[in-house]
Amino acid sequence: MNKEEIIEALKTIVEPYSEEVSALAHIDENTDFINDLKINSANLVDIVLDIEEKFNIEIDNDSMAKMLTVKATTEIIVQKLEAHAG
Amino acid sequence: MGNRVVITGLGVCAPNGTTIREFSDAIKNGLSGIRHQPDLEALNFSCQIAGKPALSEERISQYFTPLELRNLNSTGIIYGVIAGLDAWNDAGLTIENNDEPDWDSGTIFGAGTSGIDKFRWAINKIDALEIKKLGSSVVIQTMASGVSAFISGKLGLGNQVSTNSSACATGAESILLAYERIKTGQATRMLAGSTSDSGPYIWGGFDAMKVCTFKHNHEPEKGSRPMSATASGFVPGSGAGALVLESLKSALTRKAKIYGEVLGGHINSGGQRGLGTMTAPNPSAVQRCIKTALKNAGIEAHEIDVINGHLTATTKDALEIENWKTALQLPDDDFPYINSLKGMIGHCIAASGSIECVASILELSEGFIFPNINCEDLSPEVAALIDAKCIPKTVIHKPFNILAKASFGFGDINAAIIFKKYTHE
Repeated sequence: MNKEEIIEALKTIVEPYSEEVSALAHIDENTDFINDLKINSANLVDIVLDIEEKFNIEIDNDSMAKMLTVKATTEIIVQKLEAHAG
Repeated sequence: MGNRVVITGLGVCAPNGTTIREFSDAIKNGLSGIRHQPDLEALNFSCQIAGKPALSEERISQYFTPLELRNLNSTGIIYGVIAGLDAWNDAGLTIENNDEPDWDSGTIFGAGTSGIDKFRWAINKIDALEIKKLGSSVVIQTMASGVSAFISGKLGLGNQVSTNSSACATGAESILLAYERIKTGQATRMLAGSTSDSGPYIWGGFDAMKVCTFKHNHEPEKGSRPMSATASGFVPGSGAGALVLESLKSALTRKAKIYGEVLGGHINSGGQRGLGTMTAPNPSAVQRCIKTALKNAGIEAHEIDVINGHLTATTKDALEIENWKTALQLPDDDFPYINSLKGMIGHCIAASGSIECVASILELSEGFIFPNINCEDLSPEVAALIDAKCIPKTVIHKPFNILAKASFGFGDINAAIIFKKYTHE
């Protein structure tokens, strides 16, 4: 799965948590979950659960704390997928 | 004196009706909401019948966002939010999406417990070493105040937002707490009410205590029999009732429909002293609660037209009637009408008082007295105390002025409220 495909999958995952229609439509690497998508910080743990399920990976607490933007999240997903494959 | 307090909105999620119109028709016609429950039978419950509000997914989705619905597993919150928002809407109030909350409006919405099915799911996850899988939805659904938190967020309430809990007196208590808040000028408008979860995990403890009937599993609608010679325990129920309480001044200013007035009431406890225990009421406390409620409301016993009793269909029904009789000191042939909604919907535990108060307010405002069902064989102990004509078995259409409502709960606690019909002056 390449970066673009991961971002596309992430978009589907975060959609229910955000009411920012325009920010959602223009989601890219620089999108910040809290500042741009106005996602309730309590819901970040739910997004991580959805990501774990979608990509069949496990995300540790340290990685979770970093997952505040699309860029950081994508990097962590790539990393976990690679570790998984290896 | 303080502010006069009136009721301007009603909402209900009851086993025999989930809109005010449906519920009003059901209680006039003595329609039972008690059904056989296959899950209780599968789990070897002694009592396999219960009352549950019937709600379609489509109806529920009108009150919750898709995100809220995703992991929603708390029937009590669903019932409470539906009844609460319906009452708000019925009062002609709108939901504003302002930045500022509505500082003058609050809620006291009671519950016995919250999200018991969600709690069970979370406990199973934790024990299976999957704590992380809980996500963010467990706390908000299982905290006791979950229902008032959900409601206040939807309505943007900026005054007191709280959940009271006092067993089966919860619903009546919520109304009195909201009344006090408005009377003392601390709020203009309060959404009062209470809710109770459905299902085996909320009802199981009562089943094990053998306080529920096991004799009517084959005839659910006959199972709940307040004041009957063949009453053999209560039938568990669930749901929510909600009432918008408002200062008379505010209601008149915005030309709101006024259903009735809260004249006053009283809340007390028997202290589990004398004849009172954790589960049995101290009669002197019950009588004192009723008498003090009358005094606080500024009325005399003979002015009461209708009593909406607690009357659960256990052996305590006759004792309750005796307590009313002793407290009111009225001649036998001049006793008020008395009825119990539990014959139709069972005992909705923490929600019983609020659903029964919604029924009471409908009776007052529409001018009818709903029938007592399943007491065609009146208990001889009850018949020895009051004239059978005080216990209507068919609906009576008749305008009346004053209704007394009482609810009693485990912990030896009591709540009594006096409602009056409102006539424009």
